[in-house]
Amino acid sequence: MRRIISVLIENESGSLARVVGLFAQRGYNIESLTVSPTNDNTLSRMTITTDVVDNATLEQMMKQLHKLVDVLRVSELTQTPHVERELLLLKVRTVGSEAREEVKRTSDIYRGQIVDITQNLYTIQLTGAGAKLDAFVATMDESAEIVEMVRSGVCGIARGDKSLRA
Amino acid sequence: MEMLSGAEMVVRSLQDEGIEHIFGYPGGSVLDIYDAIFQSDKIEHFLVRHEQAAVHMADAYSRSTGKVGCVLVTAGPGATNCITGIATAYMDSIPLVVLSGQVPTFWIGDDAFQETDMIGVSRPVVKHSFSCRTAEDIPKAIKKAFYIASTGRPGPVVIDLPKDVQNPLNKFPYEYPESVNLRSYNPTLSGHKGQIKRAVAALVSAKKPVLYVGGGAIIANASKQVLQLAEKLNLPVTNTLMGLGAFPGEHEQFIGMLGMHGTYEANKSMHNADLIFACGARFDDRVTNNVDKFCPDAKIMHIDIDPTSISKNIHADLPIVGSVEVVLQQMLDLIDETNAMNDSKDIDAWWSQINEWRAKDCLAYQTSETHIKPQQVIECLYKVTKGDAIVTSDVGQHQMVAAQYYPFKEPRQWINSGGAGTMGFGLPAAMGCKIAHPDRPVVCVTGDGSIQMNIQELSTCMQYNIPVVILLLNNRSLGMVKQWQKMFYGGRQSHSYMDSVPDFVKLSEAYNHIGIKVDTIDELEPALIRAFELKERVVFVDVAIDPEEHVYPMQVKFGSMEDMYLSKTEQTDA
Repeated sequence: MRRIISVLIENESGSLARVVGLFAQRGYNIESLTVSPTNDNTLSRMTITTDVVDNATLEQMMKQLHKLVDVLRVSELTQTPHVERELLLLKVRTVGSEAREEVKRTSDIYRGQIVDITQNLYTIQLTGAGAKLDAFVATMDESAEIVEMVRSGVCGIARGDKSLRA
Repeated sequence: MEMLSGAEMVVRSLQDEGIEHIFGYPGGSVLDIYDAIFQSDKIEHFLVRHEQAAVHMADAYSRSTGKVGCVLVTAGPGATNCITGIATAYMDSIPLVVLSGQVPTFWIGDDAFQETDMIGVSRPVVKHSFSCRTAEDIPKAIKKAFYIASTGRPGPVVIDLPKDVQNPLNKFPYEYPESVNLRSYNPTLSGHKGQIKRAVAALVSAKKPVLYVGGGAIIANASKQVLQLAEKLNLPVTNTLMGLGAFPGEHEQFIGMLGMHGTYEANKSMHNADLIFACGARFDDRVTNNVDKFCPDAKIMHIDIDPTSISKNIHADLPIVGSVEVVLQQMLDLIDETNAMNDSKDIDAWWSQINEWRAKDCLAYQTSETHIKPQQVIECLYKVTKGDAIVTSDVGQHQMVAAQYYPFKEPRQWINSGGAGTMGFGLPAAMGCKIAHPDRPVVCVTGDGSIQMNIQELSTCMQYNIPVVILLLNNRSLGMVKQWQKMFYGGRQSHSYMDSVPDFVKLSEAYNHIGIKVDTIDELEPALIRAFELKERVVFVDVAIDPEEHVYPMQVKFGSMEDMYLSKTEQTDA
């Protein structure tokens, strides 16, 4: 089952390596990982998406994360109301005005933005939940040639009062 | 404010931390620190012959005293040679601070001479690590390192010290921090009050309880509380390999070690218990056997300072995060306040069942006319030392026999590599203990395989006159490997026979020590008496033991706790 874990960690050299090392060492799977400093730049916020077989594994994973000396807070987002977003940058090649129109139309439908353009290439930016991005990529694949794709990995935050602070 | 160089700050910080002994090996990247040590009269340094041994010495120094062990080594191979030692300490939760040199900051990443990413290499086996990029980082890093190493679930901490940061020409203001405050690290010591109440209620209502005590009870100095609780409620107590000594080995309520080579009564009691109260033990695979068949009728209560140990291998019905000492004291106080008591009829019935299992006398063994049995050697050691020695061991059959046949009276008396199972641990460990306890007899029980993994330390013993006794149970084979090959690999002894063991007596003499060879049972006791009478010398007692002897009881693989081989011919009912 897919789970999203948020981690608040000291923004120090080696912190990320400790988290990644923990996942590798204990055989946990990372589907995506994003990290960047928070408004307090002594802290970093990570969002890790993972696939766990059962709740015991999830519990152990969260305990192990919390055991790392520089981790302040760990929380799991999936089981409570939350917002998750991912950024996609997709570069596609199109030939002919009809195909170019189709790319533009599809981007508009998905509320994507074309952020770069050359004679034959479009670069489209799209944000949303992972499933929306998947659907967009699949649709695009039918009307244009995908040259390059990059996704940021999931960023997540709890809705309402719940927050992850030092 | 006093002005010191980075190298001087290292030594001063250690002094201000109260460090008296340090174990290590110099090299290019730490020459400035060694120069500062040379000029310090407060810190005694022991030069080993291999860095791994320095870590084991510091580790056993810590295990036998409760203080933090400290190691200083150079970059590259000096640092990587420490890894086995660090992993050994990590697995057994031993507090260490390992200072390793590093190439200058401006060379890091350039594959400079003796450059190794020690922070990276050690990451999976340390509790935490620091890299000092400026001299001003040093006192703070050392203060934090000792704090992190020794609190919560203890463990090793590595500090990487690039050479330019130590530069004796650059002086900076020095101040050693008074205290540490880490917002991300606050170990829980006392147990949740509601859980304490539930734990006491469960414990007094149990009809067939077992107190299962591990190394955490020793680390937390909780022996007094364990004894009080056990005696108050007349509970049977079993210790893990790491917990031996936490409860007195000769106490009437002690039912022996549990697990793979545990006693019949300990494993039977666990399997048939209705309540297992784990105190600082972690349900290791060498204890539980097959987790799916583990103690089917037992409710599990578990105290551990490390939340990850709880419900990792076995689900805890009643978890309590906290120090074993504090939590047990909370429980004892509550028992006193409320006059909580278990039903003595139930407990008496449970004891009569346990005593039936005990009557099997599972540690009885057959003596032989022609061979000395390893069990006899340990029993003789116990007799000669009156049970008062600090015993270190290596890893293998001799380790299990020592654990089974030397009833340890007190905590920190039995020093072995339980989690990592590191061969080569025993001799440097004995040396570390002897340095910490110069007036106590210290003996390393070892095998002919293990002793050769750090035998070079006989030279260190000579240099510093560290008079330990080495008791070699010599079966001219890798006994435990051979036992498994005999039992499970059709007797094919693939590379477990050592046809080339040296003459250990001559070897000891080469290092100016005393070697005694024991070939018959009659020679054994006089040899051991002599070994412990020669208090100022290292004595190496090489005992030829029966090479065919196996360690029993032994749990049957994939079975429950109570499925055991009891001898070469006897097995419990499946």
